[in-house]
Amino acid sequence: MALQTDKILCLKMYEQMLTIRRFEEKAIELFEHNLIRGNIHPCIGQEAVSVGACSPLRREDFMVNTHRGHGNCIAKGADLKLMMAELLGKSTGYCKGKGGSMHIADFEGGNLGANGIVGGGLPIAVGAGVSIQNRGTDQVVACFFGDGATNQGTFHESLNLAALWKLPVIFLCENNLYALSTPVREAISVSKISDRAMAYGIPGMSLDGNDVLEVYAKMREAVERARAGEGPALLDCVTYRFFGHFTGDPGKGITYRSKEEMDQWLDRCPIKRLRERLIKEKGLTGEMEKTMEAKVKATIEEAVQFANESPFPPPEEATQDVFCP
Amino acid sequence: MIQGMVQGNREKGNRLPEITFVESLRMTLKEEMERDPSLMLIGEDIGRYGGIFGVTRGLLEEFGFHRVRSTPISESAIIGSALGAAMTGVRTVAEIMYVDFTTCAMDQIVNQVAKMSYMSGGKAKVPLVIRTQEGGGRGNAAQHSQSLEALFLHIPGLKIVMPSTPYDARGLLKTAIRDDNPVMFIEHKLLYATKGLIPDGEYLIPLGQADLKRKGKDATIVTISYMVTKALKAAARLAEEGIEAEVIDLRTLVPLDMDTLLQSVHKTNRVVIVHEGCRRGGIGAEITSRIQEEAFDYLDAPIERVGALDVPIPYSEPLENAVIPDEEDIVRAVKKVLYMA
Repeated sequence: MALQTDKILCLKMYEQMLTIRRFEEKAIELFEHNLIRGNIHPCIGQEAVSVGACSPLRREDFMVNTHRGHGNCIAKGADLKLMMAELLGKSTGYCKGKGGSMHIADFEGGNLGANGIVGGGLPIAVGAGVSIQNRGTDQVVACFFGDGATNQGTFHESLNLAALWKLPVIFLCENNLYALSTPVREAISVSKISDRAMAYGIPGMSLDGNDVLEVYAKMREAVERARAGEGPALLDCVTYRFFGHFTGDPGKGITYRSKEEMDQWLDRCPIKRLRERLIKEKGLTGEMEKTMEAKVKATIEEAVQFANESPFPPPEEATQDVFCP
Repeated sequence: MIQGMVQGNREKGNRLPEITFVESLRMTLKEEMERDPSLMLIGEDIGRYGGIFGVTRGLLEEFGFHRVRSTPISESAIIGSALGAAMTGVRTVAEIMYVDFTTCAMDQIVNQVAKMSYMSGGKAKVPLVIRTQEGGGRGNAAQHSQSLEALFLHIPGLKIVMPSTPYDARGLLKTAIRDDNPVMFIEHKLLYATKGLIPDGEYLIPLGQADLKRKGKDATIVTISYMVTKALKAAARLAEEGIEAEVIDLRTLVPLDMDTLLQSVHKTNRVVIVHEGCRRGGIGAEITSRIQEEAFDYLDAPIERVGALDVPIPYSEPLENAVIPDEEDIVRAVKKVLYMA
């Protein structure tokens, strides 16, 4: 598609994608230094979906996230400092250290939280849609999930309900072709995930999830429809994760993906592709890039410093927040 | 003390004619929907049909589609969407037709609803009531007769309310709805037709306040929900034999009113716990532990647990009767703690 999106927006999206990439690289590094517990599920390679899908959203719009959700948090406007502090289990984190990588929520920024249960967030997104309809605002909900989630019952229950009630929910499949090690072709009965939209009588479309401008354009259309009360849509954003399922996956997923396939997708890196187009069509210069890289690096360093310097929560906090007062 | 407070409430205002448990619930939902214009109901067949037990009859007509949302058979979506709505400013009462069907929504209840506040470091507020009903006694067989409260008791983050009378149902449902936390509100199908007096004026019953349903000095029967009815009948029979059993209706499992329980144990020194769920891993196991931890020296006999046999609920009447505890089982247990059996 033609690069019609304006230059400022394009550069902003590029910077966001770069921020996500560098944030994830830093998170992996911190994990390897045992500063992050459990596991993280890096979204490196999928930045175009996060940024393309969140760019048409307003701050008050809702977002429901997945376990591979750092990119979506950043694209929805999260504060990197509070994110990093959460990853390090510090009391200054978004969830005071109680959530960790898989549960970052930022209610003020419309981020209703990520989910460690595949498909667990879809009904919650539907509920946010119900709430919007009942409160009579023109907010929308961006509901992220992976290809694996489309085989969960909640996917079908949620799309049906959202379609039935014409709720303003955009279902965004981050289709990275693998549910952990299981390829979509061995798990999904239709050739395209977007074909499943037909079953619920809603628009469905499969798109190049590594082309941020395509994701942005289709998401904008879906958001406009939803705001106008025309109901949900399913966008199947085909992409690829450059890392494994999680930080414990050997060889970045080489046990179930061929080297050739992984190399092919590296060539289709969403950041590289946008960069080439920005140089060609929007006058991105080496100087501009350097400035941007330095700014992103500084922001992330600042976040790491903030997280490092923040205190751990005292043990007695473990029994707080089970119920709100 | 607690009975006194409730008694006081009962005497306030004009009395309405006796109403059923179902009517009490319906009246309460209607009043709360009038009080909070955002309050929404969601569940299967709750609209035109009015719910299979008639609890929501007439509410769709009065409050409209947006506030009385009748859903497809999608339990996960019911609970998940109730959660999403509750988290974003719409106080919600979700209905799951039978507690047996909560298993279809267990991820949403256990992993989502119950953990949202904690996982978010207290940022998420979940004003959500999950109304459901449980229990046997009507020949509904193994998948429509269970008592599953012990499953939820094990999950931090859920309050659990199980009323035994139309009066309690009203006061507790109001409190549950106004609570900003998730509440499992578990009714009993055999209670729906029971009648009781309730005052005209508004009253709330705090969660975590047990009710002394019968005073006694010889033994304490700790129970909840429909088993309160059976326990009271058993206590009346025991009284004929000169045994004065105290009957404590816990009313809520989370929070659990240990104070009232312990006061009674200090007085009677003998305890029988009665519930309809299976004995193994039932609520009696938890309550027994708590009592022995906090009042071991006051006990004059091992605590007795009366619960269903550890089998699925059978269909045939004599079999079902054999599985679910009855008055006779309670009488026998009380005599056992008194070393009379």
